[in-house]
Amino acid sequence: MRSLVPFVVMLVVAVAAFYLFPYNLAFLTRVVITMILVLSLDLILGVAGVSTLGQAAMYGSGAYAAGLFAIHVWHDPLAGLAVGAAAGAVVAFVSGLFLTRAHGLTLLMLTIAVTEVLQEIANKFSAITGGTDGLGGIRMGRVLGIWKFDFVGRTGYIYAVCVLFVVVVVLKIVIGSPFGLALRGIGDSPARMRAIGTPVTRRLIAAYTLSGAVAGLAGAMAAQSTALVSLGVYDFQLSAEAMIMLILGGTGRLWGALIGTAVFMTVHQVASSVDPFNWLFVIGLLVLAVVYAVPRGLLGLPDEVKRLLRRLK
Amino acid sequence: MTAGLQVRGLNKAFGGLVVARDISLDLSPGDRKALIGPNGAGKSTFTNLITGILAPTSGSIQLDGRDIGSLSEAQRVKAGIAKTFQITTLFHSLTVRDNLRLPLLERRGLTARPFRRAAGDGGVEDEVESLLQQFRLTDVGDRVVQRLAYGQQRLVEMAMTLALRPRILILDEPAAGVPSSESPLIAEAIAGLPQDLAVLIIEHDMALVFKVAARIIVLVAGAILTEGTPAEIAADPRVRDLYLGAGHG
Repeated sequence: MRSLVPFVVMLVVAVAAFYLFPYNLAFLTRVVITMILVLSLDLILGVAGVSTLGQAAMYGSGAYAAGLFAIHVWHDPLAGLAVGAAAGAVVAFVSGLFLTRAHGLTLLMLTIAVTEVLQEIANKFSAITGGTDGLGGIRMGRVLGIWKFDFVGRTGYIYAVCVLFVVVVVLKIVIGSPFGLALRGIGDSPARMRAIGTPVTRRLIAAYTLSGAVAGLAGAMAAQSTALVSLGVYDFQLSAEAMIMLILGGTGRLWGALIGTAVFMTVHQVASSVDPFNWLFVIGLLVLAVVYAVPRGLLGLPDEVKRLLRRLK
Repeated sequence: MTAGLQVRGLNKAFGGLVVARDISLDLSPGDRKALIGPNGAGKSTFTNLITGILAPTSGSIQLDGRDIGSLSEAQRVKAGIAKTFQITTLFHSLTVRDNLRLPLLERRGLTARPFRRAAGDGGVEDEVESLLQQFRLTDVGDRVVQRLAYGQQRLVEMAMTLALRPRILILDEPAAGVPSSESPLIAEAIAGLPQDLAVLIIEHDMALVFKVAARIIVLVAGAILTEGTPAEIAADPRVRDLYLGAGHG
Protein backbone atom coordinates (compact mmCIF):
# COMPACT_ATOMS: atom_id res chain seq x y z
CA MET A 1 0.00 0.00 0.00
CA ARG A 2 2.78 2.40 0.95
CA SER A 3 4.22 2.02 -2.52
CA LEU A 4 1.07 3.60 -3.93
CA VAL A 5 1.62 6.89 -2.07
CA PRO A 6 4.09 8.36 -4.61
CA PHE A 7 1.64 7.60 -7.42
CA VAL A 8 -1.12 9.47 -5.61
CA VAL A 9 1.22 12.40 -4.98
CA MET A 10 2.17 12.38 -8.65
CA LEU A 11 -1.47 12.45 -9.71
CA VAL A 12 -2.33 15.26 -7.30
CA VAL A 13 0.62 17.36 -8.46
CA ALA A 14 -0.24 16.77 -12.12
CA VAL A 15 -3.88 17.78 -11.60
CA ALA A 16 -2.96 20.78 -9.44
CA ALA A 17 -0.47 22.01 -12.04
CA PHE A 18 -3.16 21.72 -14.70
CA TYR A 19 -5.52 24.04 -12.82
CA LEU A 20 -2.94 26.37 -11.27
CA PHE A 21 -1.07 27.15 -14.49
CA PRO A 22 -3.64 26.98 -17.29
CA TYR A 23 -1.53 29.25 -19.50
CA ASN A 24 1.70 27.31 -19.03
CA LEU A 25 0.48 23.97 -20.30
CA ALA A 26 2.97 23.94 -23.16
CA PHE A 27 5.81 24.34 -20.69
CA LEU A 28 4.32 21.73 -18.34
CA THR A 29 3.99 19.31 -21.25
CA ARG A 30 7.68 19.83 -22.02
CA VAL A 31 8.49 19.07 -18.38
CA VAL A 32 6.49 15.84 -18.51
CA ILE A 33 8.16 14.76 -21.75
CA THR A 34 11.59 15.51 -20.31
CA MET A 35 10.65 13.45 -17.25
CA ILE A 36 10.11 10.48 -19.53
CA LEU A 37 13.54 11.05 -21.09
CA VAL A 38 15.22 11.30 -17.67
CA LEU A 39 13.41 8.14 -16.53
CA SER A 40 14.93 6.32 -19.47
CA LEU A 41 18.35 7.49 -18.30
CA ASP A 42 17.63 6.42 -14.73
CA LEU A 43 17.09 2.84 -15.86
CA ILE A 44 20.44 2.55 -17.59
CA LEU A 45 22.54 4.93 -15.47
CA GLY A 46 20.84 4.92 -12.09
CA VAL A 47 19.96 1.24 -11.93
CA ALA A 48 22.48 -0.54 -14.15
CA GLY A 49 25.31 1.93 -13.52
CA VAL A 50 26.16 2.52 -17.19
CA SER A 51 27.46 6.07 -17.66
CA THR A 52 26.08 7.38 -20.90
CA LEU A 53 25.75 10.78 -22.48
CA GLY A 54 23.86 9.48 -25.46
CA GLN A 55 20.17 9.40 -24.59
CA ALA A 56 19.60 12.04 -27.30
CA ALA A 57 20.44 9.40 -29.92
CA MET A 58 17.29 7.48 -29.07
CA TYR A 59 15.23 10.54 -28.22
CA GLY A 60 16.02 12.13 -31.58
CA SER A 61 15.41 8.94 -33.53
CA GLY A 62 12.05 8.55 -31.80
CA ALA A 63 11.17 12.13 -32.68
CA TYR A 64 12.05 11.78 -36.37
CA ALA A 65 10.40 8.36 -36.64
CA ALA A 66 7.17 9.64 -35.08
CA GLY A 67 7.24 12.82 -37.18
CA LEU A 68 7.80 10.97 -40.46
CA PHE A 69 5.23 8.36 -39.53
CA ALA A 70 2.61 11.04 -38.85
CA ILE A 71 3.32 12.81 -42.15
CA HIS A 72 3.60 9.82 -44.47
CA VAL A 73 1.69 6.98 -42.87
CA TRP A 74 -0.85 7.71 -40.20
CA HIS A 75 -1.55 10.65 -37.92
CA ASP A 76 -2.75 8.57 -34.98
CA PRO A 77 -0.84 9.73 -31.85
CA LEU A 78 -0.63 6.38 -30.07
CA ALA A 79 0.57 4.60 -33.19
CA GLY A 80 3.15 7.37 -33.52
CA LEU A 81 4.32 6.73 -29.96
CA ALA A 82 4.73 3.05 -30.72
CA VAL A 83 6.77 3.89 -33.81
CA GLY A 84 8.94 6.33 -31.85
CA ALA A 85 9.53 3.79 -29.10
CA ALA A 86 10.39 1.13 -31.67
CA ALA A 87 12.86 3.48 -33.39
CA GLY A 88 14.51 4.27 -30.04
CA ALA A 89 14.69 0.57 -29.21
CA VAL A 90 16.27 -0.32 -32.56
CA VAL A 91 18.89 2.44 -32.31
CA ALA A 92 19.67 1.42 -28.72
CA PHE A 93 19.87 -2.27 -29.58
CA VAL A 94 22.18 -1.82 -32.54
CA SER A 95 24.47 0.70 -30.84
CA GLY A 96 24.21 -1.27 -27.59
CA LEU A 97 25.79 -4.30 -29.26
CA PHE A 98 29.13 -2.51 -29.11
CA LEU A 99 28.50 0.21 -26.50
CA THR A 100 27.87 -2.32 -23.71
CA ARG A 101 31.37 -3.70 -24.16
CA ALA A 102 32.99 -0.33 -23.39
CA HIS A 103 33.41 1.29 -19.99
CA GLY A 104 34.09 4.62 -18.35
CA LEU A 105 35.41 7.43 -20.49
CA THR A 106 35.52 5.34 -23.66
CA LEU A 107 31.86 4.59 -23.23
CA LEU A 108 30.99 8.24 -22.62
CA MET A 109 32.84 9.25 -25.79
CA LEU A 110 31.21 6.51 -27.84
CA THR A 111 27.70 7.42 -26.70
CA ILE A 112 28.34 11.04 -27.68
CA ALA A 113 29.78 9.91 -31.01
CA VAL A 114 26.74 7.78 -31.85
CA THR A 115 24.48 10.78 -31.25
CA GLU A 116 26.59 13.05 -33.45
CA VAL A 117 26.69 10.50 -36.26
CA LEU A 118 22.91 10.29 -36.19
CA GLN A 119 22.63 14.09 -36.16
CA GLU A 120 24.87 14.28 -39.19
CA ILE A 121 22.85 11.61 -40.99
CA ALA A 122 19.66 13.56 -40.30
CA ASN A 123 21.39 16.67 -41.65
CA LYS A 124 22.65 14.95 -44.82
CA PHE A 125 19.29 13.39 -45.70
CA SER A 126 17.53 16.73 -45.67
CA ALA A 127 15.16 15.63 -48.43
CA ILE A 128 13.56 13.33 -45.87
CA THR A 129 14.22 15.08 -42.58
CA GLY A 130 14.08 18.71 -43.65
CA GLY A 131 17.70 19.12 -42.54
CA THR A 132 18.42 22.38 -40.74
CA ASP A 133 14.93 23.70 -41.56
CA GLY A 134 13.48 20.95 -39.44
CA LEU A 135 10.70 18.50 -40.19
CA GLY A 136 7.50 20.50 -40.37
CA GLY A 137 3.94 19.83 -41.38
CA ILE A 138 3.23 17.28 -38.68
CA ARG A 139 -0.52 17.18 -38.09
CA MET A 140 -1.77 14.92 -35.35
CA GLY A 141 -5.12 13.16 -35.30
CA ARG A 142 -7.31 12.83 -32.23
CA VAL A 143 -6.09 10.80 -29.26
CA LEU A 144 -7.93 7.46 -29.43
CA GLY A 145 -10.02 9.14 -32.11
CA ILE A 146 -11.79 11.20 -29.44
CA TRP A 147 -9.69 14.06 -28.04
CA LYS A 148 -8.44 16.72 -30.43
CA PHE A 149 -5.12 18.45 -29.78
CA ASP A 150 -6.21 22.00 -28.87
CA PHE A 151 -4.42 25.31 -29.18
CA VAL A 152 -3.91 25.80 -25.41
CA GLY A 153 -2.42 22.35 -25.03
CA ARG A 154 -4.90 20.79 -22.60
CA THR A 155 -5.13 17.54 -24.52
CA GLY A 156 -1.38 17.52 -25.05
CA TYR A 157 -0.73 17.88 -21.34
CA ILE A 158 -3.22 15.24 -20.19
CA TYR A 159 -2.00 12.89 -22.91
CA ALA A 160 1.63 13.38 -21.80
CA VAL A 161 0.77 12.86 -18.13
CA CYS A 162 -1.07 9.63 -18.93
CA VAL A 163 1.90 8.32 -20.90
CA LEU A 164 4.23 9.32 -18.06
CA PHE A 165 2.09 7.33 -15.63
CA VAL A 166 2.25 4.24 -17.80
CA VAL A 167 6.03 4.60 -18.19
CA VAL A 168 6.56 4.97 -14.43
CA VAL A 169 4.37 1.96 -13.66
CA VAL A 170 6.12 -0.23 -16.24
CA LEU A 171 9.60 0.84 -15.12
CA LYS A 172 8.65 0.32 -11.45
CA ILE A 173 7.61 -3.24 -12.26
CA VAL A 174 10.78 -3.86 -14.26
CA ILE A 175 13.05 -2.48 -11.54
CA GLY A 176 11.37 -4.64 -8.91
CA SER A 177 11.75 -7.77 -11.03
CA PRO A 178 14.54 -10.35 -11.12
CA PHE A 179 15.79 -8.58 -14.25
CA GLY A 180 15.83 -5.26 -12.37
CA LEU A 181 17.68 -6.84 -9.45
CA ALA A 182 20.21 -8.25 -11.90
CA LEU A 183 20.71 -4.74 -13.31
CA ARG A 184 21.34 -3.39 -9.81
CA GLY A 185 23.79 -6.22 -9.30
CA ILE A 186 25.58 -5.26 -12.51
CA GLY A 187 25.63 -1.65 -11.32
CA ASP A 188 27.32 -2.75 -8.10
CA SER A 189 29.73 -5.34 -9.46
CA PRO A 190 29.76 -6.68 -13.03
CA ALA A 191 32.59 -9.06 -12.10
CA ARG A 192 30.51 -10.67 -9.40
CA MET A 193 27.51 -10.94 -11.72
CA ARG A 194 29.67 -12.84 -14.18
CA ALA A 195 30.90 -15.02 -11.33
CA ILE A 196 27.34 -16.09 -10.50
CA GLY A 197 26.82 -17.00 -14.13
CA THR A 198 24.88 -14.01 -15.47
CA PRO A 199 25.51 -13.06 -19.11
CA VAL A 200 26.21 -9.43 -18.19
CA THR A 201 26.50 -8.02 -21.71
CA ARG A 202 23.20 -9.58 -22.76
CA ARG A 203 21.41 -8.10 -19.76
CA LEU A 204 22.92 -4.70 -20.45
CA ILE A 205 21.86 -4.77 -24.09
CA ALA A 206 18.33 -5.62 -22.98
CA ALA A 207 18.35 -2.76 -20.47
CA TYR A 208 19.79 -0.33 -22.99
CA THR A 209 17.15 -1.33 -25.54
CA LEU A 210 14.34 -0.79 -23.03
CA SER A 211 15.87 2.53 -22.02
CA GLY A 212 16.11 3.44 -25.70
CA ALA A 213 12.45 2.59 -26.25
CA VAL A 214 11.45 4.94 -23.41
CA ALA A 215 13.73 7.70 -24.70
CA GLY A 216 12.29 7.19 -28.20
CA LEU A 217 8.82 7.48 -26.71
CA ALA A 218 9.78 10.81 -25.14
CA GLY A 219 11.12 11.99 -28.50
CA ALA A 220 7.92 10.93 -30.24
CA MET A 221 5.84 12.88 -27.73
CA ALA A 222 8.01 15.94 -28.25
CA ALA A 223 7.50 15.69 -32.02
CA GLN A 224 3.76 15.31 -31.58
CA SER A 225 3.32 18.14 -29.09
CA THR A 226 5.42 20.70 -30.96
CA ALA A 227 4.48 19.45 -34.44
CA LEU A 228 8.09 20.00 -35.46
CA VAL A 229 11.33 18.00 -35.34
CA SER A 230 14.60 19.89 -35.63
CA LEU A 231 18.20 18.66 -35.68
CA GLY A 232 18.31 19.89 -32.07
CA VAL A 233 16.69 16.64 -30.93
CA TYR A 234 20.16 15.10 -31.31
CA ASP A 235 21.89 17.86 -29.34
CA PHE A 236 24.53 16.81 -26.86
CA GLN A 237 23.11 19.36 -24.44
CA LEU A 238 19.93 17.31 -24.17
CA SER A 239 21.80 14.21 -22.95
CA ALA A 240 23.94 16.28 -20.60
CA GLU A 241 20.99 18.12 -19.08
CA ALA A 242 19.11 14.87 -18.65
CA MET A 243 22.05 13.57 -16.63
CA ILE A 244 22.17 16.73 -14.50
CA MET A 245 18.44 16.49 -13.79
CA LEU A 246 18.81 12.86 -12.78
CA ILE A 247 21.72 13.51 -10.44
CA LEU A 248 19.91 16.53 -9.02
CA GLY A 249 16.88 14.41 -8.15
CA GLY A 250 18.67 11.23 -7.13
CA THR A 251 19.48 8.12 -9.14
CA GLY A 252 18.09 4.62 -9.25
CA ARG A 253 14.61 5.09 -7.83
CA LEU A 254 12.63 6.76 -10.64
CA TRP A 255 11.05 9.36 -8.34
CA GLY A 256 14.37 11.19 -8.31
CA ALA A 257 14.16 11.52 -12.09
CA LEU A 258 10.74 13.17 -11.77
CA ILE A 259 11.74 15.52 -8.94
CA GLY A 260 15.04 16.48 -10.54
CA THR A 261 13.41 17.28 -13.86
CA ALA A 262 10.63 19.33 -12.28
CA VAL A 263 13.05 21.36 -10.13
CA PHE A 264 15.63 21.87 -12.87
CA MET A 265 13.16 22.96 -15.51
CA THR A 266 11.17 25.19 -13.15
CA VAL A 267 14.30 26.95 -11.90
CA HIS A 268 15.47 27.23 -15.50
CA GLN A 269 12.15 28.73 -16.59
CA VAL A 270 11.89 31.20 -13.71
CA ALA A 271 15.54 32.21 -13.68
CA SER A 272 15.72 32.76 -17.42
CA SER A 273 12.60 34.94 -17.39
CA VAL A 274 13.94 37.01 -14.50
CA ASP A 275 17.42 37.37 -15.95
CA PRO A 276 17.83 36.06 -19.50
CA PHE A 277 21.62 36.49 -19.37
CA ASN A 278 22.67 34.99 -16.06
CA TRP A 279 20.17 32.18 -15.48
CA LEU A 280 22.82 29.53 -16.09
CA PHE A 281 24.58 30.85 -13.01
CA VAL A 282 21.54 30.00 -10.88
CA ILE A 283 21.31 26.50 -12.31
CA GLY A 284 25.00 25.94 -11.70
CA LEU A 285 24.72 27.08 -8.13
CA LEU A 286 21.71 24.85 -7.53
CA VAL A 287 23.48 21.77 -8.84
CA LEU A 288 26.61 22.53 -6.81
CA ALA A 289 24.60 23.03 -3.64
CA VAL A 290 22.73 19.77 -4.07
CA VAL A 291 25.78 17.72 -4.98
CA TYR A 292 27.65 19.03 -1.93
CA ALA A 293 24.85 19.02 0.63
CA VAL A 294 22.88 15.94 -0.47
CA PRO A 295 25.09 13.70 -2.60
CA ARG A 296 22.21 11.28 -3.11
CA GLY A 297 20.11 14.00 -4.73
CA LEU A 298 16.94 15.77 -3.66
CA LEU A 299 15.35 12.37 -3.03
CA GLY A 300 17.81 11.92 -0.16
CA LEU A 301 16.92 15.29 1.35
CA PRO A 302 14.46 14.02 4.01
CA ASP A 303 17.02 11.51 5.33
CA GLU A 304 19.70 14.18 5.36
CA VAL A 305 17.49 16.62 7.28
CA LYS A 306 16.56 13.89 9.78
CA ARG A 307 20.22 13.14 10.37
CA LEU A 308 20.95 16.81 10.87
CA LEU A 309 18.12 17.18 13.40
CA ARG A 310 19.31 14.14 15.32
CA ARG A 311 22.78 15.62 15.55
CA LEU A 312 21.37 18.90 16.89
CA LYS A 313 19.59 17.17 19.75
CA MET B 1 33.68 -41.35 -16.24
CA THR B 2 35.46 -39.83 -13.29
CA ALA B 3 33.45 -37.57 -11.04
CA GLY B 4 34.89 -34.19 -10.14
CA LEU B 5 37.50 -31.94 -11.62
CA GLN B 6 40.61 -33.19 -13.43
CA VAL B 7 43.29 -30.72 -14.39
CA ARG B 8 46.08 -32.10 -16.57
CA GLY B 9 49.32 -30.42 -17.58
CA LEU B 10 48.07 -26.87 -17.31
CA ASN B 11 50.45 -24.18 -18.59
CA LYS B 12 50.03 -20.46 -18.79
CA ALA B 13 52.55 -17.89 -19.95
CA PHE B 14 52.26 -14.16 -20.47
CA GLY B 15 54.90 -13.68 -23.14
CA GLY B 16 58.07 -15.03 -21.57
CA LEU B 17 56.68 -15.04 -18.06
CA VAL B 18 55.51 -18.51 -17.08
CA VAL B 19 52.85 -18.26 -14.37
CA ALA B 20 51.56 -21.83 -14.45
CA ARG B 21 53.86 -24.76 -15.19
CA ASP B 22 52.50 -28.22 -15.90
CA ILE B 23 49.92 -28.21 -13.10
CA SER B 24 47.87 -31.37 -12.62
CA LEU B 25 45.30 -31.69 -9.91
CA ASP B 26 42.21 -33.75 -9.04
CA LEU B 27 39.24 -32.65 -7.03
CA SER B 28 36.67 -35.34 -6.23
CA PRO B 29 33.36 -35.02 -4.40
CA GLY B 30 34.00 -34.64 -0.68
CA ASP B 31 37.60 -33.46 -1.11
CA ARG B 32 38.90 -30.74 1.18
CA LYS B 33 42.13 -29.59 -0.40
CA ALA B 34 44.14 -26.47 0.23
CA LEU B 35 46.43 -24.69 -2.17
CA ILE B 36 49.21 -22.76 -0.47
CA GLY B 37 52.31 -20.98 -1.65
CA PRO B 38 54.20 -17.74 -1.26
CA ASN B 39 52.97 -14.52 -2.83
CA GLY B 40 53.30 -14.60 -6.60
CA ALA B 41 53.37 -18.40 -6.69
CA GLY B 42 50.50 -18.36 -9.17
CA LYS B 43 47.60 -19.34 -6.94
CA SER B 44 45.23 -16.72 -8.28
CA THR B 45 46.31 -17.45 -11.85
CA PHE B 46 45.50 -21.11 -11.29
CA THR B 47 41.99 -20.37 -10.00
CA ASN B 48 41.42 -17.97 -12.87
CA LEU B 49 42.39 -20.71 -15.30
CA ILE B 50 39.91 -23.11 -13.74
CA THR B 51 37.04 -20.63 -13.59
CA GLY B 52 37.64 -19.44 -17.13
CA ILE B 53 38.71 -15.86 -16.42
CA LEU B 54 42.03 -16.73 -18.11
CA ALA B 55 42.61 -19.15 -20.98
CA PRO B 56 45.51 -21.58 -20.53
CA THR B 57 48.36 -21.75 -23.03
CA SER B 58 48.09 -25.53 -22.97
CA GLY B 59 46.66 -28.34 -20.87
CA SER B 60 43.18 -29.69 -20.22
CA ILE B 61 40.46 -29.11 -17.66
CA GLN B 62 37.72 -31.71 -17.35
CA LEU B 63 34.60 -31.76 -15.22
CA ASP B 64 33.06 -35.21 -14.79
CA GLY B 65 35.03 -36.41 -17.79
CA ARG B 66 33.82 -33.59 -20.04
CA ASP B 67 36.29 -31.06 -21.38
CA ILE B 68 35.28 -27.60 -20.18
CA GLY B 69 38.28 -25.72 -21.56
CA SER B 70 36.20 -23.93 -24.18
CA LEU B 71 33.38 -22.83 -21.84
CA SER B 72 33.01 -19.21 -20.77
CA GLU B 73 33.13 -18.10 -17.16
CA ALA B 74 29.33 -18.00 -16.93
CA GLN B 75 28.98 -21.42 -18.56
CA ARG B 76 31.44 -22.96 -16.12
CA VAL B 77 29.39 -21.59 -13.24
CA LYS B 78 26.34 -23.30 -14.71
CA ALA B 79 28.40 -26.48 -15.12
CA GLY B 80 29.11 -26.45 -11.38
CA ILE B 81 32.35 -24.59 -10.71
CA ALA B 82 31.99 -21.64 -8.36
CA LYS B 83 34.54 -19.43 -6.70
CA THR B 84 34.56 -16.86 -3.96
CA PHE B 85 36.65 -13.77 -4.48
CA GLN B 86 39.93 -12.88 -2.81
CA ILE B 87 38.69 -9.35 -2.20
CA THR B 88 35.02 -9.32 -1.32
CA THR B 89 33.10 -8.15 -4.33
CA LEU B 90 29.56 -8.25 -3.11
CA PHE B 91 26.63 -6.16 -4.22
CA HIS B 92 27.41 -3.51 -1.65
CA SER B 93 24.34 -1.32 -2.08
CA LEU B 94 21.93 -4.28 -1.88
CA THR B 95 20.62 -6.07 1.20
CA VAL B 96 21.95 -9.47 2.26
CA ARG B 97 18.71 -11.07 1.06
CA ASP B 98 19.03 -9.46 -2.38
CA ASN B 99 22.66 -10.59 -2.55
CA LEU B 100 21.50 -14.16 -2.01
CA ARG B 101 18.48 -13.80 -4.30
CA LEU B 102 20.62 -12.93 -7.30
CA PRO B 103 22.58 -16.20 -7.57
CA LEU B 104 19.45 -18.20 -6.73
CA LEU B 105 17.46 -16.43 -9.47
CA GLU B 106 20.34 -16.87 -11.86
CA ARG B 107 20.61 -20.59 -11.12
CA ARG B 108 16.95 -20.94 -12.05
CA GLY B 109 17.48 -18.85 -15.17
CA LEU B 110 15.11 -16.11 -14.04
CA THR B 111 17.24 -12.96 -14.24
CA ALA B 112 15.95 -12.11 -17.71
CA ARG B 113 12.35 -11.85 -16.44
CA PRO B 114 11.21 -8.23 -16.27
CA PHE B 115 7.55 -8.63 -15.24
CA ARG B 116 7.49 -10.63 -12.02
CA ARG B 117 8.56 -9.70 -8.53
CA ALA B 118 12.19 -10.34 -7.61
CA ALA B 119 11.09 -11.58 -4.20
CA GLY B 120 8.06 -13.38 -5.57
CA ASP B 121 9.40 -16.88 -6.14
CA GLY B 122 8.58 -19.19 -3.22
CA GLY B 123 11.40 -21.62 -3.95
CA VAL B 124 13.97 -18.83 -4.07
CA GLU B 125 12.68 -17.26 -0.86
CA ASP B 126 12.84 -20.58 1.01
CA GLU B 127 16.41 -21.07 -0.09
CA VAL B 128 17.34 -17.51 0.87
CA GLU B 129 16.06 -18.15 4.39
CA SER B 130 17.80 -21.50 4.77
CA LEU B 131 21.11 -20.05 3.58
CA LEU B 132 20.70 -17.16 6.03
CA GLN B 133 20.18 -19.72 8.78
CA GLN B 134 23.08 -21.91 7.74
CA PHE B 135 25.46 -18.96 7.86
CA ARG B 136 23.76 -17.33 10.87
CA LEU B 137 22.88 -14.21 8.95
CA THR B 138 19.12 -14.18 9.54
CA ASP B 139 19.30 -11.17 11.87
CA VAL B 140 21.09 -9.03 9.30
CA GLY B 141 19.12 -10.25 6.28
CA ASP B 142 17.61 -6.88 5.50
CA ARG B 143 20.76 -4.91 6.15
CA VAL B 144 22.71 -3.37 3.29
CA VAL B 145 25.87 -5.43 2.82
CA GLN B 146 28.33 -2.57 3.12
CA ARG B 147 27.13 -1.98 6.70
CA LEU B 148 28.15 -5.49 7.82
CA ALA B 149 31.30 -6.47 9.69
CA TYR B 150 33.97 -7.84 7.39
CA GLY B 151 33.72 -11.37 8.70
CA GLN B 152 30.00 -11.37 8.01
CA GLN B 153 30.61 -10.06 4.51
CA ARG B 154 32.82 -13.08 3.87
CA LEU B 155 30.00 -15.30 5.09
CA VAL B 156 27.57 -13.59 2.71
CA GLU B 157 30.08 -14.22 -0.03
CA MET B 158 30.29 -17.91 0.83
CA ALA B 159 26.51 -18.19 1.07
CA MET B 160 26.15 -16.53 -2.33
CA THR B 161 28.58 -18.92 -3.91
CA LEU B 162 26.90 -21.90 -2.29
CA ALA B 163 23.58 -20.64 -3.62
CA LEU B 164 24.83 -21.60 -7.07
CA ARG B 165 24.85 -25.25 -5.89
CA PRO B 166 28.33 -25.85 -7.19
CA ARG B 167 29.95 -29.27 -7.19
CA ILE B 168 33.40 -27.69 -7.19
CA LEU B 169 33.85 -24.81 -4.75
CA ILE B 170 36.97 -22.67 -4.81
CA LEU B 171 37.45 -20.47 -1.77
CA ASP B 172 39.96 -17.76 -2.60
CA GLU B 173 41.44 -16.58 0.71
CA PRO B 174 38.18 -16.86 2.67
CA ALA B 175 39.84 -15.40 5.78
CA ALA B 176 41.73 -12.55 4.10
CA GLY B 177 41.17 -9.30 5.93
CA VAL B 178 39.04 -10.98 8.58
CA PRO B 179 40.13 -10.08 12.12
CA SER B 180 41.40 -13.15 13.99
CA SER B 181 38.48 -12.83 16.39
CA GLU B 182 36.11 -13.61 13.53
CA SER B 183 38.29 -16.30 11.94
CA PRO B 184 36.55 -19.19 13.80
CA LEU B 185 33.31 -18.09 12.09
CA ILE B 186 34.91 -18.83 8.75
CA ALA B 187 36.32 -22.20 9.84
CA GLU B 188 32.91 -23.14 11.19
CA ALA B 189 31.22 -22.13 7.94
CA ILE B 190 33.66 -24.21 5.91
CA ALA B 191 33.13 -27.19 8.21
CA GLY B 192 29.39 -26.83 7.62
CA LEU B 193 29.64 -27.07 3.81
CA PRO B 194 27.79 -29.99 2.15
CA GLN B 195 29.76 -33.24 2.49
CA ASP B 196 29.68 -34.20 -1.19
CA LEU B 197 31.04 -30.84 -2.31
CA ALA B 198 34.62 -30.73 -3.62
CA VAL B 199 36.37 -27.81 -1.97
CA LEU B 200 39.66 -26.14 -2.86
CA ILE B 201 40.84 -23.51 -0.41
CA ILE B 202 43.46 -20.95 -1.27
CA GLU B 203 44.59 -19.41 1.96
CA HIS B 204 47.41 -17.65 3.80
CA ASP B 205 46.05 -18.30 7.28
CA MET B 206 47.89 -21.55 8.11
CA ALA B 207 45.85 -22.20 11.23
CA LEU B 208 42.72 -22.21 9.10
CA VAL B 209 44.30 -24.39 6.39
CA PHE B 210 45.47 -27.01 8.87
CA LYS B 211 42.05 -27.02 10.51
CA VAL B 212 39.90 -27.52 7.42
CA ALA B 213 42.05 -29.20 4.74
CA ALA B 214 42.60 -32.93 4.44
CA ARG B 215 45.31 -32.51 1.81
CA ILE B 216 47.58 -29.59 1.03
CA ILE B 217 49.16 -28.71 -2.30
CA VAL B 218 52.18 -26.42 -2.30
CA LEU B 219 52.61 -24.18 -5.32
CA VAL B 220 55.91 -22.42 -5.98
CA ALA B 221 56.77 -20.29 -9.01
CA GLY B 222 53.79 -21.61 -10.95
CA ALA B 223 54.56 -25.30 -10.39
CA ILE B 224 53.43 -27.84 -7.80
CA LEU B 225 56.24 -28.48 -5.34
CA THR B 226 54.58 -31.18 -3.33
CA GLU B 227 51.24 -32.52 -2.15
CA GLY B 228 50.41 -34.28 1.10
CA THR B 229 48.48 -34.43 4.34
CA PRO B 230 48.82 -31.46 6.70
CA ALA B 231 51.21 -33.50 8.84
CA GLU B 232 53.42 -34.39 5.87
CA ILE B 233 53.45 -30.79 4.66
CA ALA B 234 54.25 -29.47 8.10
CA ALA B 235 57.17 -31.90 8.31
CA ASP B 236 58.54 -31.19 4.84
CA PRO B 237 61.76 -29.20 5.19
CA ARG B 238 61.42 -27.68 1.69
CA VAL B 239 58.03 -26.25 2.54
CA ARG B 240 59.38 -25.00 5.82
CA ASP B 241 62.23 -23.21 4.10
CA LEU B 242 60.22 -21.83 1.24
CA TYR B 243 57.02 -20.89 2.80
CA LEU B 244 56.63 -21.36 6.49
CA GLY B 245 60.20 -20.31 7.20
CA ALA B 246 60.09 -16.77 8.43
CA GLY B 247 56.80 -16.62 10.26
CA HIS B 248 56.43 -20.13 11.61
CA GLY B 249 60.00 -21.33 12.03
